[in-house]
Amino acid sequence: MKYLDEYRNPKIIRNIITQIKETVTRPWVIMEICGGQTHSIMRSGINELLKNQIELVHGPGCPVCVTPLELIDQALEIASRPNVIFTSFGDMLRVPGSTMDLQEARSQGADVRFVYSPLEAVKIARENPDKEVVFFAVGFETTAPGNAMAIHQAFNENLTNFSELVSHVLVPPAMEALLSSPSNRVQAYLAAGHVCAVMGWEEYEPIAAKYKVPIVVTGFEPADLVQGILTTVRQLERGKYKVENEYGRAVSRAGNIPAKKIIHEIFEITDRKWRGIGTIPQSGFKIREKYAAHDASLKFSVSHMEAREPEICISGEILQGLKKPDACPAFGRECTPEHPLGATMVSSEGACSAYFRYHK
Amino acid sequence: MSKTTIESFSCPLPKMDYTTIQLAHGAGGRLSAELLEKVFLPCLGNETLNRLDDQAVLETPGGRLSFSTDTFVVSPIFFPGGNIGDLAVNGTVNDVCMNGAVPKFLSIGFVLEEGLPISELHEIVTSVRNAADKAGVRIVTGDTKVVEKGSCDKLFINTSGIGFIPEGLHISAANLKPGNKIILSGTLADHGMAVLTARKGLSFQTTVRSDTAALNGLVSSILPVGGINAMRDPTRGGAAAVLNELAVSSGVGIELDERKIPVLDAVRGACEILGIDPLYTANEGKLIAVVEADAAETVLKAMRQHPLGENAVIIGTVTGDNPGQVLMENSLGVKRIVDMPVGEQLPRIC
Repeated sequence: MKYLDEYRNPKIIRNIITQIKETVTRPWVIMEICGGQTHSIMRSGINELLKNQIELVHGPGCPVCVTPLELIDQALEIASRPNVIFTSFGDMLRVPGSTMDLQEARSQGADVRFVYSPLEAVKIARENPDKEVVFFAVGFETTAPGNAMAIHQAFNENLTNFSELVSHVLVPPAMEALLSSPSNRVQAYLAAGHVCAVMGWEEYEPIAAKYKVPIVVTGFEPADLVQGILTTVRQLERGKYKVENEYGRAVSRAGNIPAKKIIHEIFEITDRKWRGIGTIPQSGFKIREKYAAHDASLKFSVSHMEAREPEICISGEILQGLKKPDACPAFGRECTPEHPLGATMVSSEGACSAYFRYHK
Repeated sequence: MSKTTIESFSCPLPKMDYTTIQLAHGAGGRLSAELLEKVFLPCLGNETLNRLDDQAVLETPGGRLSFSTDTFVVSPIFFPGGNIGDLAVNGTVNDVCMNGAVPKFLSIGFVLEEGLPISELHEIVTSVRNAADKAGVRIVTGDTKVVEKGSCDKLFINTSGIGFIPEGLHISAANLKPGNKIILSGTLADHGMAVLTARKGLSFQTTVRSDTAALNGLVSSILPVGGINAMRDPTRGGAAAVLNELAVSSGVGIELDERKIPVLDAVRGACEILGIDPLYTANEGKLIAVVEADAAETVLKAMRQHPLGENAVIIGTVTGDNPGQVLMENSLGVKRIVDMPVGEQLPRIC
């Protein structure tokens, strides 16, 4: 299949792996930002094939994983109200809140539906004028244009029954937070290809320069990943630290300009709490005041709700690349994909679920 | 010896993490298994049921019978490649014949929702008839109930089936031995993806069609070759669930070769877009046969001569290592675990 087979071609991948092995003179610690990359690495076994050369640590780039517990509780609170149709990407349905998950809320009578696009939620709002339709707008820069477009459409059509519960997060502030942490071990980043497809890679240049770390924009197929690693180790070995793009078929330096425009029309930058990490200044999006009528946290007055994480779960340290999932005492015992304690075990992009599924 | 108490005679009410039924309890994965272990088997278990095969084997004075039941709740009721009617016939026929039995008789029960157009019911019942004729089974008893609008989704169908097991034939999920070969009769995930992409709200079109078909013809064309130890049709939970169950039932390991597993391009494309693994997706016209190594090539050849087995391929081997586990080697030579599916296949977020 075009655009898949060539990037999964074992001959090409082995060839690049050989080049990595020839290049590396000492073990390097490289973080792949995105959970999609983590899964592809584990599934293809790249981490196994390079275990003597490189330590791949898994980054915070799983949107489901970093959505704070209180947001899930807020979602549950809104979903349980009469007259609400609560819509969400599928992954979020199984993330445990303080008392239950959205699937359980659905089994108790809440109208919870999973959609593939926020525009489907707008359509549901159009077709159900007597219902409040809420979309759970989580994610990184990747999902922001679609979520912004949904509000834009609802605003233009005066669909006052459509709103979004927003928990949008941004990659660059999280990268900086990790690098400036005293316990940081990360020496280079594989930047998340799809985030960069939207935002471009200009905004990574100051980070590479300030912290002296190579940042290589990397795709998701095995050949993309090993190529990204090769470019990264070449920089590390030579003491370079610049931003390079190894996902040229999807990413340009300036990114997707119309997408960025709609994001900035609807959203503004705000401080945002990350599950397991804490509040990172200027690390998220919130809905601008002009569109406040479509902000579910205001409409349903849920923004005051707070929640506490299960104590045993170390997803925070995992998301920061400090620990590996199998270092967690609950891993595979109290915490499994069917009974997850933390979001990193739930999401198909979560590091714990990747370990559980592919390695154990 | 422990003392018998009143409690041990009652139906034990288990403490489960979920206190209400979730959709995932019906998805054929770990939560389904949990429901069996904690509710159904403690209350209903007996020697026959406890085997947890897709069909019961009943000893009678006239020989051994294969007996199975299945309930069909697919939504939408019409999908590319079939409808709930032929699915209900084929599904039970397939369960009955996976131990080599020749299916003969079916019962059918309908639960109809108030307001269902009779024209739709007629179309579905016509499909039932055609599917039964094609499979060579007769529908010998039936029942109809109607419920208020909203109490069910258009219509649900239950079918049960009976077949005769040829004398001397012993095919069971517990028969796998190290060295046996795993044969898959064709491409994976056609049915699951056909239904998923036909579902309301998923606004993209594909050419994917359900593979719903009765497998008794294919089974009777490969049985005479001999050497078949186990057969299963990988429906709900997909090939991953069936292979895990086989590995556990027989106390053996299974090693698959990812490169050998056939998936149609259109199905693979839909799976890639939706973030779904074809190995965990439902099939309704495929079987997995576990055969003696020296019979593998002849069984494969016989399978390929049947229209439902044209794309049959050997996908793996039974091993003595890692009992109860399924491993898969990818094109880079790295092995990973193919786990039991958890619950609903949730599409990924981005």
